Amino acid sequence: MSGWPNLWSDLSAATALVGMIAYALFGGADFGGGVWDLFAFGERKAAQRQAIQRAMGPVWEANHVWLILVIVVLFTCFPRGYSVLGVALFLPFHLALIGIMLRGASFVFRAYQSPQKEAATTPSVWGVVFGVASLISPILLGAAFGAVTEGAIRVDSEGQIGLIEPDAWRTPYCIANGLLALCTCGYLAAVYLTNETHGPLREDFRRRAIVAGTGTAICAAVVMGLARSEATWFYERLWSLRSLPVVVCGLGCFVGSAWAVFSRHYVWSRLFAAAEIALLIVGWGLAQYPFLIYPDITFAGVAAPEPTLRFLVLSLPVGAALVLPSLWLLMRVFKNTPLTEPVETPAAAQ
Amino acid sequence: MDALTAARLQMTVSLGFHMVYAAIGIGLPLLMVLVEGMYLRTGQPHYKTLAKTWAKTTGLLFAVGAVSGTALSLELGLLWPKYMELLGAVVGHIFGLEGYAFFLEAIFIGLYLYGWDRLGPRAHWWCGVVIAVSGMLSGVFVLGVNAWMQQPVGFEWDGDRVTVTDPIAIFKQPLWFYMAWHSTLACYLSVAFAVAGWYAWRALRGQHDARISTALAVALLVGGISAFLQPLSGDLLAKYVFKTQPAKFAAMEGQFVTQTYAPLRIGGIPDEETQTTDWAIEIPGGLSFLATGDPSAEVPGLDQVPREDWPNVELTHLAFQVMVGAGTLLMIVSAWFWWCYWRHRERLLENRWLLWTLVVAAPLGFIGLEAGWFVTEVGRQPWIIQHVMRTRDAVTPADGVVGVFYGFALLYLVLGVTVIVLLRRLANRPSAE
Ligand code: HDD
Ligand code: HEM
Ligand code: HEM
Repeated sequence: MSGWPNLWSDLSAATALVGMIAYALFGGADFGGGVWDLFAFGERKAAQRQAIQRAMGPVWEANHVWLILVIVVLFTCFPRGYSVLGVALFLPFHLALIGIMLRGASFVFRAYQSPQKEAATTPSVWGVVFGVASLISPILLGAAFGAVTEGAIRVDSEGQIGLIEPDAWRTPYCIANGLLALCTCGYLAAVYLTNETHGPLREDFRRRAIVAGTGTAICAAVVMGLARSEATWFYERLWSLRSLPVVVCGLGCFVGSAWAVFSRHYVWSRLFAAAEIALLIVGWGLAQYPFLIYPDITFAGVAAPEPTLRFLVLSLPVGAALVLPSLWLLMRVFKNTPLTEPVETPAAAQ
Repeated sequence: MDALTAARLQMTVSLGFHMVYAAIGIGLPLLMVLVEGMYLRTGQPHYKTLAKTWAKTTGLLFAVGAVSGTALSLELGLLWPKYMELLGAVVGHIFGLEGYAFFLEAIFIGLYLYGWDRLGPRAHWWCGVVIAVSGMLSGVFVLGVNAWMQQPVGFEWDGDRVTVTDPIAIFKQPLWFYMAWHSTLACYLSVAFAVAGWYAWRALRGQHDARISTALAVALLVGGISAFLQPLSGDLLAKYVFKTQPAKFAAMEGQFVTQTYAPLRIGGIPDEETQTTDWAIEIPGGLSFLATGDPSAEVPGLDQVPREDWPNVELTHLAFQVMVGAGTLLMIVSAWFWWCYWRHRERLLENRWLLWTLVVAAPLGFIGLEAGWFVTEVGRQPWIIQHVMRTRDAVTPADGVVGVFYGFALLYLVLGVTVIVLLRRLANRPSAE
C-alpha cells in the first residue's frame, strides 16, 4: 500500500471513531436516561421513570458493548497510546469506571428488587445510585476527553508519562467538557424519549429536551471560549478547513433538531440530534488527527504491527455481519411497537 | 502495601469475582436451553417455569458479569500498562473476537429476557441457544489471551519494538485448546452442581414436585458428564504444562528436587525453607507416570529454577490439591446420584443422604474453578508474560494504586452482597416457583 502508508492505522482510528459515535449515541442516551430518572419530578414522576426503564431495559447491555469496542480497538491498534492514557489518567478513568459499574449494576438491581412491574418507581437506594452514577460518569469521561484535547498529557524522551499539572484533568476547561458531555447525554435521552412516549408524558420529555439543549448550547460556547486559550492547537484545527465544514454541518443539525423539538416533529428531532452528535465527533476526530494524544503521540507512531491491525480491521465486516442484523432484530422487536402497554421487567415476568 | 501488591490483589479480586459470573453466564444458559427445549417437545408447563426461573437468574447475574468484565478490560490497561502494550499489539485482536461474542450475547439476552411474549416459542428458544453458544465462545476466546500469557508465541520483541509474525499463532498451540475445554467444562460443572445443591435443599425442605426432580436430573446430566470428562482434559493440560512450564508443574506437585520415579503427592504441605513436601501420601513413580507415561522418567524439580523465579509453592500446590480433590468428589457424587436414579427413581427425593450430599457439594465446583485459576495464575509468577516480562516490571507507575484497590475491593463486596440478597428475594417470591 505505497499510496497510503498509514492505511491500516487510519482504518483502525476510523473504527475507534465509529465506536465512539455509537457509544455516544446509544450509551450516551442511557446515561441521559439515568439523569432524567434522578431528576424525575412533577405529577408524572412515576410514569417518567417507568418510561425510562422500559426504553432501556432490553437494550442497555447491548448499548454499553460499544465502550468495550472502543477500548479493545485502542489497546489492540494503538497499544502505546492506550497505556499512556491509562497512566496519565489513572484516577479519572478509575472513577469513571466505578461510575459505569455502579450504573449498570444498580439498573438491574433496582429492576430485580421488587416483584411488581413498578420496580422502577419504588424509591430505593439503587435507584439513587443509578441516577448519580449516570450523572458522574459522563462528566468524568468528558473531562478526560478535555485533558486530551488540552494537550495536557506529555511523554518525555525517556518514555516517562505525566500530566503537565497533577490536576490537569480538573481544569475549568476539562470540567466544561464534562458538563457538555452530560448535557448532550441528557438532550439525546430526552429527544429519544419523546419518540417513545405519548401525550403529557411526551410533553414532559420535550420540555426536558429544551432545557438540556439550551444547556448543551451554553456549555459548547463555554468550551469553545476556553479552548481558545487552554487548547489553542485544538481550537485552531477545529476552525480550520479540515474540520470546519463538518463542524458547521453538525451545528446545523443541532439547530435542526432544536427546531424539530420546538415544532414537535419528533422523528426529525431524533434524526437531527443523532446526526449532530455523529458529525461533531467526526469533526473532533478530523481536528485531532494525526494525533492520538497531542503533541507526543500520533496514531501512526504508536500503531500496532500491521498483521494485528489487518486482522482486527478485516474481522470487522465479519463481526458486523453477525452483530448488525441481530441488533436490528432487537430494535425491531422492542423499539417499533409503541410502548403503550408496559413491557414486563424480567423480574416481574411470570 | 506497595503498588505492586495492591495491583496484584486488585486483579485477584476482580478476576475471582468476574469468573463466578462468567461461569454462570456460560453454564446457566445451557441448562435453560435444555429445559426450554424439553418444554417445546413435551408442552409440560413445569419445564417452562424452570426455564423462566433460570432466565431471571441469568438476567441478574449476566448484568453483574458484564459490569465486572467491563471493569476488567479497563483495569488490565490501567494497572499493567507495559503488559497491555505488548499484549495488545500481539493478541489484542482476540479480545476483538471476544467482543463480537459479547455483543451477540448481550443482544440475545435482551431478546430472551424481555421477549417471552413477543417472539414465537421456537424463535425464543433459538435466542437461548445463541446466548449459550456465544457465552461459551467468549470464554474460549479470552482463554486464548490467557494461554498466550502462559506461552507467548507469534511475535518478536526487543524490549521496545514488537513485530508480529503470526497473529493467530496461539490458536495453533495445544495449550489454548486444552485450556478452552478444561475451563468450559469447569464452568458447566460448577453451575450444574450449584443448581443441583439448591434444588436438593428445596427437596429437603419438603418440596417434592416435578420441577425439583427435573432440575436435579438436568443439572446432574450436565454436571455428571463434565465431571467425568474433566480429569481427562486436566490430564492433557497437566502433561502440556509439564513440557512448557516446568517450574509451575514442579510447584503444583511440590517437587523440589529433580528425580526419576517421582512420586505423586496427594495432599502435603510444601516448605520452601527445607525444600520438602511433608505429610503427603506418596504414590511411587506416580508423578513421572502421569507427566510422561513412564514411571521411571525424570521430573525436573524447582532446583532447576533460580530461586527468585519460583512461584509461591505452598499456594500453587494447595490450590492444585483443592482443584483435583473437588473434581474427584464431584465424580463420586455424580456416580452415586445416577446409581440411585437408576435403582429407585421414584424415591429419589426421599433419599435424604443423597440430597444432603448434593447440598454440601454445591459450592465444590466453584471452589475447584477458582482453585484452578490460582494454579494457573500464581504458578505463572514471577512472570506476567512467561519468560518475556516480569509482573513487577509491568505495574503502572501512577500514584494511587493502593487507594484504588481498597475502593474496588469495597465495591465488589457491595455488589456481591447485593446479588446474594436479591437472589434470595427472587427465590422467596411466590411467583418464582
Ligand atoms: C471445577 C473445576 C475443575 C476441576 C474439577 C478440575 N479443574 Fe483443572 N482447572 C480448572 C478447573 C477445574 C480451571 C479453573 O478452569 C483451570 C484454570 C485455567 C484453566 O484453563 O482451567 C484449571 C487449570 C488446570 C491446570 C493448569 C493449567 C495451566 O496452568 O495452564 C492443570 C494442570 C489442571 N487444571 C489439571 C486438572 C486435573 C488433572 C484435574 C483432575 C481432576 C482437574 N484439573 C480438575
Ligand atoms: C477469570 C478467571 C481468572 C482468575 C480467577 C484469575 C486469577 C488471578 C490471580 C489470583 C492473579 C494474581 C496472581 C498473583 O499475583 O500471584 C491474577 C493475575 C493476573 N491475571 Fe488472572 N485470572 C483469571 C483469568 C485471567 C485472564 C483470562 C487473563 C488475561 C487475559 C488474566 C490476566 C491476569 C493478569 C494480567 C494478572 C496480573 C499480573 C500477575 O499477577 O501476574 N487472568 N489472576
Ligand atoms: C477465563 C476467564 C474469563 C471467562 C471464562 C469470561 C467469560 C465471560 C462471559 C461468559 C461473559 C458474559 C457475561 C456473563 O455471562 O456474566 C463475560 C463478560 C465480560 N468479560 Fe469476561 N471472561 C473471562 C475473563 C475476562 C477478562 C480477563 C476480561 C478482560 C479483559 C474480560 C472481559 C469481559 C467483558 C468486557 C465482559 C462484558 C461483556 C458484555 O458487556 O456483555 N473477561 N466474560
